[in-house]
Amino acid sequence: MILASSVGTLIEWYDFYIFGSLATVIANQFFPKANPTAALLSTLATFAAGFIVRPFGALVFGRLGDLIGRKYTFLLTLIIMGGSTFAIGLIPSYERIGVFAPIIILILRLLQGLALGGEYGGAATYVAEHAPADRRGYFTSWIQTTATLGLFLSLGIILITRHSLDTDRAKSIAEFNDWGWRIPFLLSIVLVGVSIYIRLKMKESPLFSKLKDEGKTSVNPLKESFAHKRNLKMVLLALFGATMGQGVVWYTGQFYAQSFIENVCKIDFEQSRTILIWAILFGTPFFVVFGNWSDKIGRKWIMLTGMLLAIITYRPLFNQLFSIADTDHKKEFITRKEINTKLIPIPNTENSLRTVTSTRHFEEGVRLVEVKTDTLYAEPGKVTLKPDIKTSKLLNDENYRWMIIIIFVMILYVTMVYGPIAAFLVELFPTKIRYTSMSLPYHIGNGVFGGLTPFIATLLTTIYTGDKLVGLYYPIIIAAVCLLIGVLYVSNKIDPNIND
Amino acid sequence: MNSIKRFAGILWIILGPLAIFYLIKTASEEIAKKPVIDTKIQWMVFVAIFIPIAIGFMIFGYYALKGEYDHLPESSEEIVG
Repeated sequence: MILASSVGTLIEWYDFYIFGSLATVIANQFFPKANPTAALLSTLATFAAGFIVRPFGALVFGRLGDLIGRKYTFLLTLIIMGGSTFAIGLIPSYERIGVFAPIIILILRLLQGLALGGEYGGAATYVAEHAPADRRGYFTSWIQTTATLGLFLSLGIILITRHSLDTDRAKSIAEFNDWGWRIPFLLSIVLVGVSIYIRLKMKESPLFSKLKDEGKTSVNPLKESFAHKRNLKMVLLALFGATMGQGVVWYTGQFYAQSFIENVCKIDFEQSRTILIWAILFGTPFFVVFGNWSDKIGRKWIMLTGMLLAIITYRPLFNQLFSIADTDHKKEFITRKEINTKLIPIPNTENSLRTVTSTRHFEEGVRLVEVKTDTLYAEPGKVTLKPDIKTSKLLNDENYRWMIIIIFVMILYVTMVYGPIAAFLVELFPTKIRYTSMSLPYHIGNGVFGGLTPFIATLLTTIYTGDKLVGLYYPIIIAAVCLLIGVLYVSNKIDPNIND
Repeated sequence: MNSIKRFAGILWIILGPLAIFYLIKTASEEIAKKPVIDTKIQWMVFVAIFIPIAIGFMIFGYYALKGEYDHLPESSEEIVG
């Protein structure tokens, strides 16, 4: 039962993440910057899917789940998510169908956000309602692993596909950017097909079935969840005392950390992704460890300790990441500098495409690679005005391992705040409105507060340019407010009976 | 403990409007700095989403001030009545 529920949720996360992970490739195919309408749709796709549609999906599918049942609702979200993802892999590019391409992509991305908003609450509720009272944290922690494993799966499949299309690495990457990016999307239909088959064989939640048989299901879950003070106050407590802080810790540890090592530290594309992959691999079992532990000592203090550790250590940890890759304060071995020039003739012209790769070596095994691409014109005196320059850093094994350890520590915090939260949320609300009531605070906490972390953190670094770590103040302040509210108002008591 | 919970409620009520003010002020400044459609949409989404959340935060503070969190429900009967 846990496996059957978790596989579907994992695939939904996979579907959602591949779009984010391939955002640059998709932008080149569907959202050309030269066309203002396409660029506008690109912005909408980025912001609307993550921040508006997810909470909206929580309301739509939460209501449905409390009216018709958990099983059919999270089956529906899976079909919507899988169908949208598969369809993205089939859409002709902007060059072929013009502005229809970005419009269709935007619609499909919105459907993905909507489905994701409905999935989690259903899966967590379903598993919790099957779990024995003293193992609820352990059972639901498997659902909690799916978001991280979904990211792991998406990164892995993208990297494998990127290297499998040609024996020549450069050609393989070029083919991936041209058409191979569609493979991870198309592959989704197989995964979703298997998952739908499994879910069809599952039975409805016993608690919901009992309520339905007794005719005690909610008539208007939205009204009962948010218009009645006695439940609304618990929804607000769940949001401000738990999911808000959990969301920022999660997104800082997994997403902002990756963005930071890639864009601020300038670590090479593949090294930055494999660092995250290893850290996730080592960190994921701890979701189950902390979920299980929460059955023994309660949910509250595990989650709040995760937040506290994040608040205290984020700046030193990120500072360490920056120092490892910082070449400004490291001695350069000037004699070891390497420069390679490659010329590729441009067909039907006398010009060539020139790629100059220079590698500079620094102490502590850091290499700074600069790839400059321009056109070498046959006509004397003519030069490329704005050559394309890409810079990245490569780490030696020791520093590479250090980065994995640092990111692992941050993912450990994620497992502390996220491992017990499904059980915590389930226990706050009555069965008849549980799906609706827990989905909204979860998706505002994660989709809005968490999802905005990379944007706000990056925005802060552009406003206050003197401090490269200034972006961390956003998750630190949000987590601190949440910690304070959690300490004051949240109970550590485990609800022994969620059957009511 | 209950008096601290209630007193902190005042803090949450004050933080709500402060957050709204800061959000609108930053949005106006950022849009004025770069008045392109991308910036406008981005900040409009931020404002549209965070204002209801800030209002929710004020309601939370109000409930805290009124002592609604002095005792948390121990069964669903206390929630659905």
